[in-house]
Amino acid sequence: MSSFFKNTDLDLHKAEKIVSETLNKCDDGELYLEDTKSESIVLDDNKIKSSNYTKDSGYGFRAINGDVVAYSHSNEISEKSLRNSSKNLKSTLKNSEGTYNSEIKKTNQKFYNDLDPVDEKNLSDKIKILNDINEYSRSINRSVKQVTANFLGERKNVEILRSGGELLRDSRPLVRINVSVMVEKNGRKETGVYGVGGRQSYDEFLKNDDWKKICDEAYRIATTNLESKASPAGEMKVVLGPGWPAILIHEAVGHGLEGDFNRKKTSVFHDLVGKKVASDGVTIIDDGTIDKRRGSLNIDDEGTPTEKTVLIENGILKNFMQDRLNARLMNTKSTGNGRRESYKHIVMPRMRNTIMLNGNNTQDEMIKSVDKGIFAVSFGGGQVDITSGKFVFSCTEAYEIINGKIGSPIKGATLIGDGPSSLKEVLMVGNDMMLDPGIGTCGKAGQGVPVGVGQPSLLIDKMTVGGTQI
Amino acid sequence: MIKEDRFLEKIADFCISKSKALGSTSSNVLVMNTISENVNIRNKKLDGSERSENLGVTLTTYIGKKKASISSTNLSENNLIELVTRCIDSTKVTPEDEYNSLPDQELHFKGEKNLELYDNTHLSNDEKINFIKEAEEVAFSHDKIVNTNGSGFSETKSNFILANSNGFSDGYKTSQFTAYCEVVSKSNGSMERDYEYSSKRHYKDLLTPKQIGESAAKLAISKLNPKKIESNKMGIVFDKRIAQNLLSTFASAISSNTISKGTTFLKDCLNKKIFNDQINIIDKANIKKANGSRYFDSEGVRIEDLQLVKNGILNDYLVETYSGKKINRKSNGRSSGTTNLYFENGDQSFDQLINSEKKLLYIKETIGRGANIITGDYSVGASGIMIENGKFTFPVSEITIAGNFNEMFKNIILADDLEFKYSTNSPTMLVNGITVGGK
Repeated sequence: MSSFFKNTDLDLHKAEKIVSETLNKCDDGELYLEDTKSESIVLDDNKIKSSNYTKDSGYGFRAINGDVVAYSHSNEISEKSLRNSSKNLKSTLKNSEGTYNSEIKKTNQKFYNDLDPVDEKNLSDKIKILNDINEYSRSINRSVKQVTANFLGERKNVEILRSGGELLRDSRPLVRINVSVMVEKNGRKETGVYGVGGRQSYDEFLKNDDWKKICDEAYRIATTNLESKASPAGEMKVVLGPGWPAILIHEAVGHGLEGDFNRKKTSVFHDLVGKKVASDGVTIIDDGTIDKRRGSLNIDDEGTPTEKTVLIENGILKNFMQDRLNARLMNTKSTGNGRRESYKHIVMPRMRNTIMLNGNNTQDEMIKSVDKGIFAVSFGGGQVDITSGKFVFSCTEAYEIINGKIGSPIKGATLIGDGPSSLKEVLMVGNDMMLDPGIGTCGKAGQGVPVGVGQPSLLIDKMTVGGTQI
Repeated sequence: MIKEDRFLEKIADFCISKSKALGSTSSNVLVMNTISENVNIRNKKLDGSERSENLGVTLTTYIGKKKASISSTNLSENNLIELVTRCIDSTKVTPEDEYNSLPDQELHFKGEKNLELYDNTHLSNDEKINFIKEAEEVAFSHDKIVNTNGSGFSETKSNFILANSNGFSDGYKTSQFTAYCEVVSKSNGSMERDYEYSSKRHYKDLLTPKQIGESAAKLAISKLNPKKIESNKMGIVFDKRIAQNLLSTFASAISSNTISKGTTFLKDCLNKKIFNDQINIIDKANIKKANGSRYFDSEGVRIEDLQLVKNGILNDYLVETYSGKKINRKSNGRSSGTTNLYFENGDQSFDQLINSEKKLLYIKETIGRGANIITGDYSVGASGIMIENGKFTFPVSEITIAGNFNEMFKNIILADDLEFKYSTNSPTMLVNGITVGGK
């Protein structure tokens, strides 16, 4: 039974009646209920700077007719509030004459356990580990001048009530641990940031003093950057390391393959299905079904079971990522990519874990083949313009490559490329596929959702590097 | 209807007295109600509408120098009691921090609230749709505009009460009306998008639908069939909508938080020259109807006008209570950041500025977050238009621009075309010696 109507004047039956009445002549829609508790504990400048606990619950009521979406949400779960929302939806969709699509796949798939990271470990223990992280990081070397570390934990319970009374539910844990280290040497300051996370308990990342590895990595990146010199500017060959640099895939093609932009024909990819959009050997999937990953979901936020969707196969564009609305309007099926940040947000097609699969080359071969270029190991974040296809991402750890050898580290530079053409310029695909450490949040239209990425090492023929050295 | 003060005050009072009863030595609470209604249209047709109503509480409790916070949207008495209890329990186990405290009482805001930050106007959904539809119609009257990314109109009204256990209790209503139009242009296989928007506290202050549609269309068309240019060091003219970002970066580099931790390239720069003589930067909270105006910050502290930079010299920091104590400075009411932050006008006209070199690159859009406030390094993706002999010649894209703020700040030259469109505003800005990464 639904737990959302406890202590309210609603029960499942009453709520279902309002939902069915409202959606009677609509093509689709649902009542989405959500109850989230989350915490954020921040250590900064040697002190626990903040300890925040948040409890938020509410509903989002959606009605769809044709391509028009009406949405009303509130944090007051009551009959009066729900009836108000219903009135609101009906007034937007004045002459609705649709037929409700009640088809939705069933699933028992489970990619994470039903656990509560916020309450299964008490606050004092978390504060102790943050203090340990601070002390340990500062003890690595005297050059460490500042440490910031934080724990973010969340458990989100979701229920989706559809017209006709079908009820789908999911319970989603999520944690993230982040460490940022600032080092100073000879008046020069640099930072290194590293983090881990996923849909599991904090302890999975903390056991056996594993948290020390997070600090070590943050320190290593910071120290590398202390020695960095100005980055070159202009077009050159780029070798990307495995794992997190796959935000290139996320930005360069991922967003452009989301169903909404293609239905609306504002994506550069909208008329390229079946066409070659990447080099031979490039296969990209969006997978919501990997155990305990940040981007994994048992069901999406419309209740559709997630799946492994092939986007590009051996260079050929195969599929877009779809939610129910865009799938219906494009005569296809939802791929389980319908997501929303919370009950306060509308559903959109969003990525889950976006991954380029292995090829046959080694990273060594790639480096050796480059006369002049850069080797990018880690990135801070990226962005794309869907319409023009131009995307950027900024390096947080990168090196120059000279005559087939890795040279000095270079300062954080932005790389810019063109989505549709950059994947055609992939010269080699590595055999060392890695998933990211579980830290990605993707932003779209003001909504942030947790995502994952993964890729093997890649050699790209040319990208523009935004350095200062010509 | 937006909740009235009395309703919000009751919840605030309950949280403060409950905290005290359960053992807090001081506390601070924010109760806020926001109602927002949006319509989105696409190709001149309704695409969606959204109504949201949020009522939430955020409570911080102190026991001596210990501190913890909770927030929730469930304001039933049972839930509030549970949350206050949890907050107090968390406070007890959080280590002491000597800098934790409420702000000094004598800094609390007291006074008139006459900035006209609330406009009671309510537009029906149909009125909103008509407004923004007209903007799209105007945009589509241009041949090369073939699609939209969606346009919309939103109306948001808020009311809040901020209270603390030292007797501060105040709040006020605000409103925000926003219209935006984002269109797609196409020509010879090139597809580009651009937008115009207007966001004001008062409905009547918005740009007209015609102005919004016309501007969005012209911007999107001007980007068509761009070229990539050779890598080079050159003068960059930043359009006002980009120039304001440099000012925001400056602001984050002089907050008491970053200064106290030393994580900023402007550490130890107070009373030193960081811009050229002509540059003045002001942060002013009490401009009538302005987007950035407010009476007090998120701690209830009154907001002084600040001249942050005077004749190129860094004159002040943005200070809030906690990190202010670490650097021995009293809060100047900036715990919510800057208010209406702006560069004063320079002495050149826009035409003089774009004629100051034979070749300049006019940047209208940057992509990526490439500003590092620790090192001052700056590197972003960009697109814009080439200026040759004072004339706009061809659009440029897929380039990067990079430099270091320490140097860039000294090279800033401003035009005399300041307007208050955003809460952070800059005249058109010329910066010489920036590296463009291209072919």
